[in-house]
Amino acid sequence: MNLMFSSGPSLPNRLALALLLSICLIVFDHKFNGFGTTRVYLNSLVSPLQYLANLPGQLLNASASRFVSHERLFNDNAKLTHDAMLMNGQLQRLTFLQEENDRLRSLLNSPVQDNTRKVVAELMAVDNNPYSHQIVINKGAIHDVFEGQPVLDDKGIVGQIMQVSSTNSRVLLIADVTHAIPVRVARNNVRLVVSGSGSLNELLIQHVAHSSDLKIGDVLLSSGLGNVFPEGYPVATITSIIRDESRPFSQVRATPVAQLDRLKYLLLLWSERTLGDTLDTGITVK
Amino acid sequence: MSIRHYAITLSIVIALVLQIMPMPAIADLYRPDWVLLVLSYWALALPNRINVGAAFFTGLILDILLGTSIGVHSFAMSLCIYVLATNYKRLRNYSVWQQSIIIGIMAALYNLVIFWLQHLITDIYFLFDYLWPVASSMVIWPWLFWLLRKVRRQLRLN
Repeated sequence: MNLMFSSGPSLPNRLALALLLSICLIVFDHKFNGFGTTRVYLNSLVSPLQYLANLPGQLLNASASRFVSHERLFNDNAKLTHDAMLMNGQLQRLTFLQEENDRLRSLLNSPVQDNTRKVVAELMAVDNNPYSHQIVINKGAIHDVFEGQPVLDDKGIVGQIMQVSSTNSRVLLIADVTHAIPVRVARNNVRLVVSGSGSLNELLIQHVAHSSDLKIGDVLLSSGLGNVFPEGYPVATITSIIRDESRPFSQVRATPVAQLDRLKYLLLLWSERTLGDTLDTGITVK
Repeated sequence: MSIRHYAITLSIVIALVLQIMPMPAIADLYRPDWVLLVLSYWALALPNRINVGAAFFTGLILDILLGTSIGVHSFAMSLCIYVLATNYKRLRNYSVWQQSIIIGIMAALYNLVIFWLQHLITDIYFLFDYLWPVASSMVIWPWLFWLLRKVRRQLRLN
């Protein structure tokens, strides 16, 4: 029979040690952001577990796509061809408009809008941690993903990259309580800050004066002010405005444009500015 | 080297995978605390092998996997496993249903400690939905207990 705890410190001491160490780690990680670069290695270290957890879903998806009916494929193909036609039609117009816009901007001496590089990423895992809304995508440091990079889906802004590991990275969604994004109202350019509420389909807009011109259904576009998100992508639509004069600010709620609960394919953006930055650092390293 | 040496580690790894496995949003709400359950079983069955230290390290891995501040899950996990490991003699004599109530209380403590630590770090607020894992953990415990006991007896772990 083994004696219990025959070696090492006694159980209460172990507990005290573990709790103390935990608190130190929390303070070190949160207050001083002490695991900035170490997190990349730690995340890469545990990523096999993430791939393993993702496997059943992937197998299910693979077998589901294998057994798609002929008719369904035929219909999808017809629909996609149709969509591509429409998009191409709009694209012809877009290049013309973009050139015109650039010309007008240069006439006004304002900077011409950036060209951006886009990469499609796929959702790998959704965190089941109920207190924060994060997802894991299948692109990482080897694909030039960087911290603070904007992430979109086909409808609007989804969030930003929070941690990068070598082959995957973690995205903080705009619905997370710790996230806020500067926006403007598409209708009249009123500037606002949209913060997450902790619930996936609701965003809060704080510090809105009672007199500000907002209506239910207003579309909020990213304003590009924080230098994180590019300008002009849809973020949310306003769903409710409570103007209670007894409170200092009116309470405005919005719902995200991106479907945060059914993400599958995501877009990663590199603007010219960030591309230039990485190029610059590359040169200085050399 | 045989499976006997890896059985406990393997069960914890499986629990970690179950804990992070993507699930539809509705089922996600009711996901039991797999890691806590598996560690609880080993802490009750073999407290000389699995106790606070193992709980601490598993908690750290969970922190990295879930993207929380490092230390949050290890704090809650070590606390719960400590309570179980100090009372293992008494708890072993309980029937599996009584144990399941104790496990429910532990799961509630675990979830509340995690909530409380996260609340200190960020300003989240409490929803009763956060306590659904307590109920599902209580329901899952008798089956998990039976399964892991079978594994332990088959492999003669001690």
